[in-house]
Amino acid sequence: MEPCDLTFSDARRALDGGKLSSLDLLDSCLSRIGQADPDLSAFLFVADHEALRSEAADADERRARGGGLGPLDGIPVGVKDNISVAGMPLTCGSRILEGYVPPFDATAVARLRGGGAIIVGKTNMDEFAMGSSNEHSAFGPARNPWDPGRVPGGSSGGSAAAVAAGMCPLALGSDTGGSVRQPAGLCGVVGLKPSYGRVSRYGLVAFASSLDQIGALASDVEGAAVMTRTIAGHDPRDSTSLAERVPDYERALLSPPVRLRLGVPRELSSGGASPDVVAAVDAALEVLASLGAEIVEISTPHLGYGVAIYALVANAEASSNLARYDGVGYGARAGGAGDLDALYSGTRSEGFGSEVRRRIMLGTYALSAGYYDEYYLTAERARSLVAADFERAFREVDAVVGPTSPTTAFPLGERLRDPLAMYLADAYTVPANLAGVAAISVPCGLGADGMPVGLQITAPRSGEATMVAVAGAYEREAVRAGVRPRLAGGP
Amino acid sequence: MAVTRDEVARVAGLAKLALSDDETEALRQELSRILEYVEKLRELDLAGVDPSSRALAAEGAARDDGVGAMLDRDEALANAPDTDGRHFRVPGFLPEG
Repeated sequence: MEPCDLTFSDARRALDGGKLSSLDLLDSCLSRIGQADPDLSAFLFVADHEALRSEAADADERRARGGGLGPLDGIPVGVKDNISVAGMPLTCGSRILEGYVPPFDATAVARLRGGGAIIVGKTNMDEFAMGSSNEHSAFGPARNPWDPGRVPGGSSGGSAAAVAAGMCPLALGSDTGGSVRQPAGLCGVVGLKPSYGRVSRYGLVAFASSLDQIGALASDVEGAAVMTRTIAGHDPRDSTSLAERVPDYERALLSPPVRLRLGVPRELSSGGASPDVVAAVDAALEVLASLGAEIVEISTPHLGYGVAIYALVANAEASSNLARYDGVGYGARAGGAGDLDALYSGTRSEGFGSEVRRRIMLGTYALSAGYYDEYYLTAERARSLVAADFERAFREVDAVVGPTSPTTAFPLGERLRDPLAMYLADAYTVPANLAGVAAISVPCGLGADGMPVGLQITAPRSGEATMVAVAGAYEREAVRAGVRPRLAGGP
Repeated sequence: MAVTRDEVARVAGLAKLALSDDETEALRQELSRILEYVEKLRELDLAGVDPSSRALAAEGAARDDGVGAMLDRDEALANAPDTDGRHFRVPGFLPEG
């Protein structure tokens, strides 16, 4: 097997045991990128190979000396192109930021670097994180490694495709309505959205400030847990960042879900998801039951309003956050503008794609005089009911379980004509963002079309350890049973 | 929920977006469809329910108002489309005459 096809945990043990060098792992990843990325377009930018090899050599030297910066030392990592890496271009999948190079690292990136991770490059995404298919990238869609005629999901489609294709064992994404978990589910990898505030948003380009979180995509639960632990924790530069200590998520992986109660939302199990997705998830729940978990039905009557709430709240916040793209201080600028107003309008109309323009318009409308109460405020109130549903649920159960997405990966082009159909792809993921709780997607088999299905496990705020324990226990069992989908040859 | 052409134009002005006639009509239809979908929120009884996002913010997050390390001028100007070496340069915005 190629080193790049090892799971994170196998690669880490091989590195620690001296059986694999960081240099060999990196070279294997770069070779896979060279071979597969022309078809998949997972990356928008790959760093200079010699510079990366030098970093890998440094990691090998640290290990040889008995030092080493931790479990991420010498591990190649992709970073979604809305997260700042100093010196690497940042486009957010948009023409309006063409040419922009951040002069600083996002806090999450700085922490990865501090742990010795090798930032290989920037991954493709829906423009400004607005999308569920990576088809709204100004630089062309990313494709699903399981079937390049299908979407990888979005908006962190590039990161999910990169990990699924063995281009890197770990990648950073961002999740506002499901943009880490949904592509992870569609690509057969693990995707983790931390509780709101668990990971600093400093250096993440803002889409919806009350919903955004940076999240980990990984080839296994251990990778997601280790990556999350490394990047999480208080940051004085993010005023919404939680002060609580970050627990040892890795240790949580070792505890089996005995006596844990897992809730299945009654209202979501009646229609919406395709039958093969339901079957794969039901089989996963049986596995969890056999491991000692108790599966109970719960009532969460407001989660079904999530997409409607999100359509108003996320886009209202986005209309404010995207007001800064004006051609003045960075990025593209419309030529020939006679006055400042024309500069703004010209730059924004030329620079933003159609989905971004649509969402800015929707958000501006929902906030405008005469409509604010009816739309934005109503949505924010409804949002409180979603949060309350979870609070009530978590008094009865330890975690909520269900499918990550209603369907497996759909063909490119299928939902482009119908924005609403695209938004509904997020029906199961959006509630966790609205409530600020933690959620993870873990692969749980294949659909009737041979495409991956994701099992979503949602935990209370700051309940990442519980979630990781359940996901890890399921994954171990799924691997043993041969159920865990792996694209390339391997376990 | 039907959105009118005039409303699309008004909102585009607020959002600083210049739209062609075709784009205006396409947006009019798309926004109408999406707003019709969100009408389902009317099914909810929201009497006495507070808007939620305040609850998510961490408390006491302000810092002392002191000067710290910032970008230097060259770094700050490095990505700008047009500068005079010290400032971002833009077309005028005061009316002529």
